[in-house]
Amino acid sequence: MAALYEATTLCVLNVGPGGSDSGISGIEPSADDDQVVVTDSARSVTVYKVSDKKALGSWTVKQGQTVTCPAIYNPQTSEYVVVTDSKVIRVWKDSDINIDRAFKTTVSADVWRVLSVPDSEPLVLFQRGAVRRLDTLLADPQQPVENVLPEEAVIRWSAVLNVEQQPCLMFLSEQKGETLLLMQRRHPDSAARYRLEGGEAPLSCSALPCDGGVRLFCLYSSGSVYESVVPIRGAGGVVEEVQPLPRTLLLNLPVGEGKLESASAVSLDDAHVALVGVPHPSAGPGKDFLCIWNTNFQTLQAAKEMAGRIYGQLWCSCGKLYVPHGKSLSVIPFKCQKSSLAAAMGKLRQAGSNVPASGLYTSVPSWTAATPDMRSTKRTLLRSRDVSFLRLNQFLEDVKIASAEEVQKKVSAFLSNLKNLHVIQVAAGGLASVLVSRCQEQPGFYPHSALVQLVHSQCLSYSVCPHLLTLALEKKDYALCQFCLQVFPDIPEAVACSCLKAFLSESDGTLDTVSLERDSVAFVEGLIANSTQEGGETQQNGFCPTTQVEDGGGGPTHTTPAVLTRSSMPLDMKCPVGLHKAVLLNEILQVAYSDCFLLLHLKTLSAPQVILFLQYLQFLYGKYSQDLHTQVSALRSPAMTQILDWICLLVDAHFTVLVMAPEARELLSHLHKVVRLQVKVFSELGKIEGCLQALQKAKQSGDVCQYSIEVIELF
Amino acid sequence: MGEFTVHRVRFFHYMPSGICAMAFNRRTERLAVARTDGSVELYSRTDHFFQEKVVPGRQQRSIQALCWVGKRLFGAGLSGEIAEFDLDNLRLKFSQDAYGGPIWSIVCNPQGTHLAAGCEDGTVKLFEILEDQIRFERNMGGQKGRIISLAWHSSGTKIAAGMIDMIKVFDLDSGELRSRGSRMQQSQECVVWSVLFLSDIIVSGDSAGKVKMWDVNTGTLIKNHQVTEWDVLTLSVSQDETSLFAGTSEGTVVQFQLLDVVLGQEEKEWVRTRTFKNHTHDVIALAEADTVIISGGMDTQLVVRPLLDKLDFKSRDSSLLKILFPQRSLVSCAKKAGLLLFQYPTHLELWRLGDTEGHGPPGCILPVSRNPEKLLHLKIKGEDHVCCSAVAPCGEWIAYSTTSGIRLYRLQRDNKNVSITKVPKLPKVLRHAHQLCFSPDSSHLYGTTSSAVHVVALTSAGCKFEHSLKPNSCVEPFGNESQEISDGKFLASANSNSEIHIYNMHKLKAHCTVPVYRSGVSAMGIHPETNNLVIVHADHQIFEFSIEQMQYTDWSRRVQKEGLHHVWLERDTPVINVTFNPQNPNHVILHDSYMFCIIDQSLPLPDRKSQFHNQLTLKSLPEAERLKHSHAFKECKLYQPLLCVDMLENQSLVVVERPLLDITTNLPAPVRQKKFAT
Repeated sequence: MAALYEATTLCVLNVGPGGSDSGISGIEPSADDDQVVVTDSARSVTVYKVSDKKALGSWTVKQGQTVTCPAIYNPQTSEYVVVTDSKVIRVWKDSDINIDRAFKTTVSADVWRVLSVPDSEPLVLFQRGAVRRLDTLLADPQQPVENVLPEEAVIRWSAVLNVEQQPCLMFLSEQKGETLLLMQRRHPDSAARYRLEGGEAPLSCSALPCDGGVRLFCLYSSGSVYESVVPIRGAGGVVEEVQPLPRTLLLNLPVGEGKLESASAVSLDDAHVALVGVPHPSAGPGKDFLCIWNTNFQTLQAAKEMAGRIYGQLWCSCGKLYVPHGKSLSVIPFKCQKSSLAAAMGKLRQAGSNVPASGLYTSVPSWTAATPDMRSTKRTLLRSRDVSFLRLNQFLEDVKIASAEEVQKKVSAFLSNLKNLHVIQVAAGGLASVLVSRCQEQPGFYPHSALVQLVHSQCLSYSVCPHLLTLALEKKDYALCQFCLQVFPDIPEAVACSCLKAFLSESDGTLDTVSLERDSVAFVEGLIANSTQEGGETQQNGFCPTTQVEDGGGGPTHTTPAVLTRSSMPLDMKCPVGLHKAVLLNEILQVAYSDCFLLLHLKTLSAPQVILFLQYLQFLYGKYSQDLHTQVSALRSPAMTQILDWICLLVDAHFTVLVMAPEARELLSHLHKVVRLQVKVFSELGKIEGCLQALQKAKQSGDVCQYSIEVIELF
Repeated sequence: MGEFTVHRVRFFHYMPSGICAMAFNRRTERLAVARTDGSVELYSRTDHFFQEKVVPGRQQRSIQALCWVGKRLFGAGLSGEIAEFDLDNLRLKFSQDAYGGPIWSIVCNPQGTHLAAGCEDGTVKLFEILEDQIRFERNMGGQKGRIISLAWHSSGTKIAAGMIDMIKVFDLDSGELRSRGSRMQQSQECVVWSVLFLSDIIVSGDSAGKVKMWDVNTGTLIKNHQVTEWDVLTLSVSQDETSLFAGTSEGTVVQFQLLDVVLGQEEKEWVRTRTFKNHTHDVIALAEADTVIISGGMDTQLVVRPLLDKLDFKSRDSSLLKILFPQRSLVSCAKKAGLLLFQYPTHLELWRLGDTEGHGPPGCILPVSRNPEKLLHLKIKGEDHVCCSAVAPCGEWIAYSTTSGIRLYRLQRDNKNVSITKVPKLPKVLRHAHQLCFSPDSSHLYGTTSSAVHVVALTSAGCKFEHSLKPNSCVEPFGNESQEISDGKFLASANSNSEIHIYNMHKLKAHCTVPVYRSGVSAMGIHPETNNLVIVHADHQIFEFSIEQMQYTDWSRRVQKEGLHHVWLERDTPVINVTFNPQNPNHVILHDSYMFCIIDQSLPLPDRKSQFHNQLTLKSLPEAERLKHSHAFKECKLYQPLLCVDMLENQSLVVVERPLLDITTNLPAPVRQKKFAT
């Protein structure tokens, strides 16, 4: 899951002549999470406080000089570093008012970039590929610089990542239609060269550290996003030969006609990529969007329309995306959650349905499209939106320390305030995770009603918060378990099975004290009441009521004529489990599962549990065969097919145990009778089929022909 | 009753012809109907529109108009000739060229002395009607423009002629033209398809879909009714000139009535009142006969629509009647050989029925082991259409007659080869027959003319004329022979006056006559064993006459005493054929166009209150109770419309069906009409 929050404008752009250039050469993090260094492509460097949209300081070089590399902030020394005219490195502090009076030195070769390294000295990357630490370079500015790259090679992209606590510098160079990735590490001092597959230089690159390597995301002009994993070699040494770098296709974005010209991609986490300049799949042409795509499921997670021209530039810093568009630089906070299939499916369903294009973005309203009368309230609303995002983080912090009652109040207030479903989904997941982890840490803390409320908001799925159900089981919170089983669409078979085990082993006495959902309880009550009242009663003149046709396993179905089953099976048996246990077991029966996975976990049930469960299933089957369940109406009740499938699975999983166990003998023989009757019924139906076909044929042949010989009878 | 194997035959592609002209004779109550194939049919109004006579058609003959003069019927068409039909001998009496090009219309004056013909060259030609011919008297008009329609004023002194874009009125006394030419339609040509000359106004129906009333003296338009978007093709007025009908291309008939503008005051106006839609195609001819309006057109059916539809009781006279199928059999069946002879207007087809070896329960279709086979396709010589045909029971002889001659063929079949030889030297007296039939042993051919029954003996060498039988009391001209059925010993013949003469064929002389009944004989048959003659009349009365005892049988008396069931008497199509079950002498098989019926004479007759169609009821009853509820009439409506039902010697029924859908699909397309949602 990912969401884009309301955008704010950080500054107005000095759009270059012709409007093809945004006028911004780079945005780098500054001293604080809330500050950024924005480097003008011409002469100035500005530091902004993002939340206030306010410039803290601005420095401009003399006319005739140009800034050739984005300024960076060196947190080690609290200094800003910038390169002017490719060779002059300038270093200054916040307190310096005039940049020309600050420290400057000239180096012997052209500098490509100065790159800030977290927790370390910045690195200087020269245009010919050499790398120096800033402090060593400043100590001896005129030191000779070797040429790593040939003269015609051009550096396209560079980045520094912390891999295994060591900075790792990587850059792409393009030469003679070949794109090489060079990677350098200081400790152990090593360098490696990789040739990118395809040859063509990517439009935009982004890198993320991963286990034992770096994941490189490349966006090509065809609209494809490829991922390459660059291994980090343990051994040092410079490997001279060029190794091929395999790539895998992550996303193939619809580009429309032609190719992408200016687009940019930034990987946000291991599953999300933010893209700008790529057309929205369902919006018309002429509109530009900032999109967040899930690379695991290839789904569009969030999109935001960007008014005005897009320059194909995108930066990401501290949970905010910076997009220059039109005449302004927008800051868009975003949130990416751990992606789950359920969440992805939810979004996918929305995207797949034929909702008009405008309907897609309801989750992130576009204020640029607001009607004029809303303009007046825009400012205040903007602020409140902005605040809501900030408040969420604050709120999560609060929840971590508040008492159970306070948590309850806060959660209900939070849920009632948030109207935006999409934001709730993201927020509820986070909130649930926070609560669950706090419960695990603090044994005394268990906000039952808050969790129930969260589950009831229907925004959770198992994969969003995997530990919630297990927690509920541990705490024996069966009511919450029931809600989870009802609401979660994606409960793994193992968890469902452990729930089943817990329910079966719990005593009826404890369970009956639990307050469960009324409707399901009423359904089971109805079943049990029928078994006691109408058990011995025979149906009128033995007539079998109409059998319902199976409607694709949707509702409760009924396949066996009641009369046949009745004659040989004690259908009016007593319910073998308590009322509440039956309710919980019914919930298990309705959980979605895949039988081959479930079978594995079912084997872990103990023999008494299996027998008890089978007896209950048999009881249910008997009730359903009597058609009594149709008299008991309920919103949720297990279908006949579900009951039969579970019987089959249980018998499959524990066949030998059941055969050996003496107490299961009666049960098995009854089930055997049921099966035999079913087979008999179906064979009878098969016989009828032939007759019906013959009838159909006879009817068809009554059509017009020129001559026939018929037999008639007159009376 | 029992099971029957039924050969259900649908390969007789009978196609009726469209109706192109009609004339109703109020004096004799006869309706003459001309069809596009040139045939003329006569229906009796008094006898439930029973088709009494058919004058067979002829190629190239097209009749545009019919006209009764007393009992004489004249017709004229695009061949440019005026012809009189000989209604006794069922052929043309004479025809005379009018020398004016195609004739579009003829009318006779109210006095019955003159005929006027509207010709292509724009003249109205007057003919004097003489005893046996007509004589040209004079020409009127003669300018450009064909004369499409004519109407004679009741005074006999004026004729209105409808032309293209104008109506002309001729004064016969002065011979001068009182032209009332006024362009009827501004934009496009307008054809006056029909005019009527009432006592004070002229009514016209035209191709613009309008019915217009004109003042006779001034020639001004009095009233204009837009009836349809298509053409008004025909008009008809009642005798008292208070009711007017217009037939349109849409298949509708629109009624106008002369009604008081204000109740009780003198002033009257023509008001459009009712619209009938009984046709799918153009209504080309209309005839008004007192209480019914008769319409006919391209969809080949004759529709009799009663105008008194507020009657409380239901009877044959108050219900709509549609006549689509001929009321005589066009199929003859060789019972022994299992052959069917189909009579088309210009050719004959001989088919051998298929066979089956299967048996099955009632309602099933048996597998056909041998398909039916077309043995012969015999084209008729000459231009005349066939008027009757017959195949001998043994299947070796075929005979047919046109108005110009009779031909007899001998058919030899051996192992899939069929050879046919014409039998030469038929007797001269037998020039034209109304009806042909063979004796049951195929040894004799009987042919009837208007005056006698001629007997020809058939041998393998050829044929020999044996005798001419004439009725004992030779009254008047014999009328025409309509039916004639024989068994080995007796032969019965009926004429259109409902007189039935019975001849003894062994003695070759007249045996007796049957008392005359008021309704025409629609079908009859002599029982092969008991020699009882079963007669069915057009009003559905059934008589059984014992030839040997020369009196009605007990069963017949019982029928008359108890009366037939009203459902039976209300049937609107006459019985076409009577045949018998060779296995069970009690069974008489009758059929009309929509059902066949087996009468079991051993069973009681249905009384007035009992259910007449009781087959389904009986089917549902257990067998023991059936007898208690069953009555003599076993009706079967499984197959319809029927052209022939006959029983072969092996007790299997032959049913010749002609599905209505096949007929309607062969009709030309009707005028296109915008239907909702199409």
